[in-house]
Amino acid sequence: MATDKNNDFTPNIIGFLCNWCTYTGADLAGTSRLQYPPSILPIRVMCSSRVDPLFLISSILRGADAVLVGGCHPGDCHYQKGNYYTRRRFALLKKVFDTFGLESDRIRLSWISASEGPRFAQVVTEYTGKIKELGPNKYAEEVFL
Amino acid sequence: MSELTEKIKKIFTDEKLDILIGYEKGSLPLRGTPCFIESAEDADKLIFDSTCHNNLAKYLTDQKKTEVDARKIGIVVKGCDARAVVQLVVEKQFERENIVIIGVPCKGVIDPSKLRAKLRDKEISDFRFDGNKIIVSGENFQETFDKNELLSDGCLSCKYPNAPQYDYFIGDPAEPIASKDEYADIDEFEKKPPDERWEYFEKEYGKCIRCYACRNACPMCYCEQCFVDCSMPQWIGKGGNLSDKMIFHIVRAMHLAGRCVDCGACAAACPLNIDVRLLGKRIEREVAERFDFTAGMDFETPPALATFREDDKQEFIM
Repeated sequence: MATDKNNDFTPNIIGFLCNWCTYTGADLAGTSRLQYPPSILPIRVMCSSRVDPLFLISSILRGADAVLVGGCHPGDCHYQKGNYYTRRRFALLKKVFDTFGLESDRIRLSWISASEGPRFAQVVTEYTGKIKELGPNKYAEEVFL
Repeated sequence: MSELTEKIKKIFTDEKLDILIGYEKGSLPLRGTPCFIESAEDADKLIFDSTCHNNLAKYLTDQKKTEVDARKIGIVVKGCDARAVVQLVVEKQFERENIVIIGVPCKGVIDPSKLRAKLRDKEISDFRFDGNKIIVSGENFQETFDKNELLSDGCLSCKYPNAPQYDYFIGDPAEPIASKDEYADIDEFEKKPPDERWEYFEKEYGKCIRCYACRNACPMCYCEQCFVDCSMPQWIGKGGNLSDKMIFHIVRAMHLAGRCVDCGACAAACPLNIDVRLLGKRIEREVAERFDFTAGMDFETPPALATFREDDKQEFIM
């Protein structure tokens, strides 16, 4: 991992992508040969509500620069209501991050459907830019001794 | 308090209870101790006053693990304990019919660590309540304290000193203490810049020796296997890394989101006096403001994170 903030810092973003929408959307971005930064490490989960807050907290405190959670748009969940639960949980988690003084921008929830390949590429590009601005995750360095 | 014992004896026979969980005089002064009554005659030893700080709801979930329980259980509850019992019923941890909730008015409980800090090395052998004062005495000394000085932090801003749901209520409902604003500490804390907040938590949670006393004392922590004890996958390491301590505390707070009744059992159990309430309180506030939910008030409303509304705010989603 490069540490120079201004030059060639490529963030490590962990992506928890829902099998039915975002992961398929990412697949579409690939098959459509869309370009996006190689900063994301996708992990396929069956539903965005599968993502335990533990995954996000431990990713951030153990060295990831950011975590992106992708799910279906509200109303489109394959399991009817999984993403609604995710949304409530995420609202609290963001607040916890703020309270801790951790940058809550380092975690992000986005709704990306299976047909939104271009949107997936755009979200990753935009988010990578944002994390580049924030710089490497300093909390990980402090915490992980 | 003879009213308490008399009424409980009657309830015990009327309801055909198998066991009743209440408080008795502890072996140390100013420490009420949980006790289990198995016959109406035993009820004579029951007490309830400001020394009874344990949350008895904990024993309801402990029992469940060891046997299939069809016993009828009576439980003496303060406001916060009652909310914990209600919340456990909502989460289907036991049948409502098997539990008889006996509310008692709570005037706040004493935090033993605050008293210890005031007395330093002196050991008390006796105490008595005199209105709003507590007079403690020991070898060659006697001191008088204002009760509010010694109350648990949670009690000072408690809004629910009486059980919101009960089968029986013994005594006259107590007035809320509410001597300070519930969220004043949080407002104060959030004025600090992010770096200072991080430093504060680093310092507080850095003290943690991960004895898990907070988890064990918590009535809402009833998972048969806690994530910290998992070895496959091993979520957190066994060493003294700060990241492991942080993960434990943040995840515990998240697990209690919308379920915590702020009884203060975790803070009282902590041997290192870590400020475990601050984060819990912050989440409680967010749950109340965002989802309009307070844990343990009635038997119908599902916990905030186990339900949703289609029009929940999503301003943070990009």
